[in-house]
Formats: sequence, C-alpha cells, structure tokens
Amino acid sequence: MRKLFLKSIKSSTRNKFSTYIMVIAFFSIAAILVEAGILGSLFKGLLVPMCYYIILAVSLNLTVGILGELSLGHAGFMCVGAYVGGVFSILTKDIITSALIRFPLALVVGGLAAGLFGILIGIPILRLKGDYLAIVTLAFGEIIKKLVQNIYIIKDVTGFHFSFATSIDTSTIDSESKQVILNGPMSISGIPKNANIVIGVILVLITLFVIMNLVDSRSGRAFMAIRDNRIVAEGIGINITKYKLIVFSFSAFFAGVAGSLFAHFSTVDPTKFDYNLSILILVFVVLGGIGNIRGSVIAAVILYALPELLRSFQNYRMLIYAIVLIVMMILNNNEKFLRFKERFTFKRLFAKKHAKEDA
Amino acid sequence: MALLEIKDLCISFGGLQAVQNFSISIEQNQLYGLIGPNGAGKTTVFNLLTGVYKPTSGSITLDGQGISGKSPMEINKSGIARTYQNIRLFSNMSVLDNVKVGLHNQIKYSAFSGIFRLPSYWKQEKLMNERALKLLKVFDLEHQSKNLSCNLPYGKQRKLEIVRALATNPKLLLLDEPAAGMNPNETAELMNTIKFIRDEFNIAILLIEHDMRLVSGICEQVAVLNFGSELTHGNTNEVLKDPRVITAYLGE
Repeated sequence: MRKLFLKSIKSSTRNKFSTYIMVIAFFSIAAILVEAGILGSLFKGLLVPMCYYIILAVSLNLTVGILGELSLGHAGFMCVGAYVGGVFSILTKDIITSALIRFPLALVVGGLAAGLFGILIGIPILRLKGDYLAIVTLAFGEIIKKLVQNIYIIKDVTGFHFSFATSIDTSTIDSESKQVILNGPMSISGIPKNANIVIGVILVLITLFVIMNLVDSRSGRAFMAIRDNRIVAEGIGINITKYKLIVFSFSAFFAGVAGSLFAHFSTVDPTKFDYNLSILILVFVVLGGIGNIRGSVIAAVILYALPELLRSFQNYRMLIYAIVLIVMMILNNNEKFLRFKERFTFKRLFAKKHAKEDA
Repeated sequence: MALLEIKDLCISFGGLQAVQNFSISIEQNQLYGLIGPNGAGKTTVFNLLTGVYKPTSGSITLDGQGISGKSPMEINKSGIARTYQNIRLFSNMSVLDNVKVGLHNQIKYSAFSGIFRLPSYWKQEKLMNERALKLLKVFDLEHQSKNLSCNLPYGKQRKLEIVRALATNPKLLLLDEPAAGMNPNETAELMNTIKFIRDEFNIAILLIEHDMRLVSGICEQVAVLNFGSELTHGNTNEVLKDPRVITAYLGE
C-alpha cells in the first residue's frame, strides 16, 4: 500500500519532501540534544546562524546554479535586509508591541528592501555575463557596506536627523527623547533579539518551499533553459529579461530575509558583510553541488559548524577546515564515490525495506 | 498570399556583404530548400529570419506581418521556429523538459501559481505533460523522456531538437542541415520524417542541406546562394540542372 503511494507521487515531489523532513529532523534532534545538555552551549549558539546560512546558500544557488550567473554580492543583499529589518524593528518597537507580529513584519520588510535592490541592480547588469557580472555584483556588495557605514540617523521629539559621512551635531538634539538609530561605523543597536531556532527553521522551510517549487515549474524550466543556452532560449520564445529579473529579485529577497534574521540574532557589524562572506556562501553552493538545493543545505550546515566545532584544535583549526574543503571537492567529482552515494539514497533505502517485506 | 515573403534582404558585417538582395517567397505548406557552397550565407539567412541578426536593409513578412528587426523572442511568438547546424539542446535538462520549454508560450501559468501549487499549476502542467509526451511519441522518443538530453544518441538529439521547435507551434520551421552526420539509412528515414511533419502539422519548412538526394527527394522549390547573393531559385529539378548551379556548387 505504502509502496503504491510512494510510486504515485512524482519523484521530484518525493525529493522535496525528503529535504523538508531532513531539515526538520536535523534541527529537532539538535535542539533536543542541546536541551538535554548532551551538546554544549557552543553548539546551541550555532543553530540560528545555521538557519540563515542555509537560506543564504539556497537563495544564492538559485542565481548561480539554476540561472547560471555568478553573483558575488550576496552579502550586500543580506546587509540591506539586516539594516532595513533592524531599523524597522527599532522604529516600530513602541507601536507594535507584540514581537509575534513585529518580527515577521521586519523579516518581510528586510526581504522586500533587498528584493528591490535585486531588481535595481538587475536591470543595468542584464547584458553582462560571467566574469563581468561577478565584478559588478562584487562592487555592489562593497558599495552597500561602505554606504551603511556612513549613514547617521537620530530620532528625537522634533523628528529624524540624517547625516552622511559626518556624525550628527548632538547640540541640536533634544537629549531627553534622543534615540540613536544608525550610528555610522558603530552601526545599529537596540534591535530586539527576537530570533530563535523555531522561527529560523520555519524560515528555512519557507525558503525551501518557495525556491524548490519555483524551480520545478514553468518559470524554473525557463531559468534552466537560459542557463543551458541563452540564444536558443530566446529563440524559443522565452523572455530573458523577465526571468533573469525574477531570479535576481527572489534571490535577493531571501538574502534580505536571512539578513533580517541575523540582525535580530546578533550584533550588526557592517564589516561582517564583506567579500569574504559572499565567497563563503558561494563555497557552500559550490561544494554542495551547483544547482543542487538539498546539497546547499547540507554543505551550509557542515561547513558552517565545522570551524566552530574545531575550536578545540586551536591553531590547526583552519588547516583541518581547508583539508575538509579539498576532500569534499575531490569526492564530489569522483565517480566511484557518487556511485557509492547512489546506493544510499532515500529511494533505495525504501526499496530495500520493501523488498524484504515482500519476501 | 505567400506565408513568408523575403524582399531584397541585405546584411553586411563591416565591409563584408554577407547576404545581398536575397528574395524568395514560401507558400503555405511548402517544402523549400536552400543550398549553396560553404560560406555562401545560408545560415546567415536563417539568423536574419529568426532575429539573431538585424538586416541592414530589406523586408521579411510572415503571414502579412513585418518581422524584420524584431527580437528572436517576438519572431518565435509570431510563428518561426528553427533547429541549429550544431545541435543546441538544453543539455542538462531531461528530454521531456526540453519539450516543455518549447511549450513555454503555448501553455501558461504564472510564477505565483507555480510556487503555491494553485489549481492552474496542476491543470496546465498536466496538459503540458500530455502535449509533450504526445509530441515525443510521434518521434518515437517517449521512452527516453526522463533521460538527460545530452545522453541521447546523435540522431535522436537531432530529432529532439525538431520536436522542441515544433512544440512552439510554428507556421514555418527552419531546419539547418538536418541530415548532417547521418548515414544513408538515417537520411532516408529523415526524409520521411520531414514530409510527415509537413503533412501532420500542416506547416511550411525551409531547410538548408548539402545532401542532394534529400533536397531533390523532398523539396518542391530550391533557392541557391553563392557568395551571399542569390544565383537562382525555382522548381527543384530545373534548378539542379541549371549550368550556373552546376559550376558554382554541384560540380560537373
């Protein structure tokens, strides 16, 4: 009976469900182990960052793996999301007192702002490909970082005070009602830390749901057609401009959501959103398998947790990390290993079990 | 009225006149051949017809509608589909998905209903699967529908490229050297297939080919290009006997 049911649903659907189950299972087991005290507090602090790194990796995989365009500005979109989401939360703290309403709104607002930037940056770079696109997106990430480091906003009874590049003269500000919102390189402070593991996992699942369904639909086929052969895709009647912008905006939206989640979890330091972060996310995508959404999830979890868990090795930490990266790279391209992996897919495991039952 | 009317088509790349004063007209349901020595500008004509290049001067009219200067996407929507000289499939996608990409503008639903799996997704996707499988079945490819298209043998890849072009529901199909790399048996089968497509889908076909058996076997009309300009055009048998064509292309 169960076998029939499994057969009747499409293999792509089954693939998606096993990814959702994998995420839920991993985080529930991890949370239980942390609660039970088996895993230390160090690991507990890694769970929410894992969530936003998964979201970042999956959304970047949409641009790099599915559309086939190399983007190095993902940290920039995350930065936009973190700042806009954070500022939104600070400003509405007194108006919307319930964190249950305010926090999801902050996530959406951060995502939308980043998505808007995705479209804005997408329009001029539509004609660029490959290295050139990578250069422009890289520059975008750096520009955003520098911009937010130079914005000062203070709120008092008289309203908002803005300044760019120079700090605001405090003598003009009513010190009673003064509320510093953005303080240049000192960044934002006072964002309510609403993020927790439950919201993180829900966001991961929403991201996976939206991106995997988008990829497995008419639009997703258009993305992949553009990736495989742009000229033919256009000759077959696909609107390249439209579908590229859809990808850029979705990818940026989720990076923004991840940024907003980050802002509500730890201190927002603008220097964090640099080139290294973009490359780190790209490493997750590449080692997880380009175009492989589930692979991005697994790679983000392992590669994020690893250097943290290796802290006890002290100076050898990054050495071991580098070796793991190299080994993963070799194994991912090794036919024998791939065949070995084939034998342990969900499908095969189920099939074996049923074969035994039937016998 | 003719389906496709090309008048005085010219394109030059810098100082090179790649195609000059090319004029032909193709009737509804006609099989038209385009032949000529290598470098004569045959594929350039195809690129002009599909909007990859913009003509320097001249006009192209499809079904009474001017299409010269439009983008490849718009031209495909108005009814011209093509295959390529060197096979260009979406090689990392399955055979079925290649055809479904071809159906992109035939069966539609929004990205939104795709994400949230609204009823229109299920309905249209089912329709798309049925139509794609039906097309694949006509060309005997339905058993390989789940394979990656790059894993198909050469002859089937050529066929799949034709299926993908047909999925866009064209009025005119352009085939760029469909028999390239095929043995005599495969070529004979291809000739039947091309005739079958014309009758089954009720479309006109313009094809570039170097295999004269195929051209004389199925084409009703032929145009000959030489150094970018048209040598002659007309009834296939007469053109192939033309002494100018024999000296320029066929050989004594």
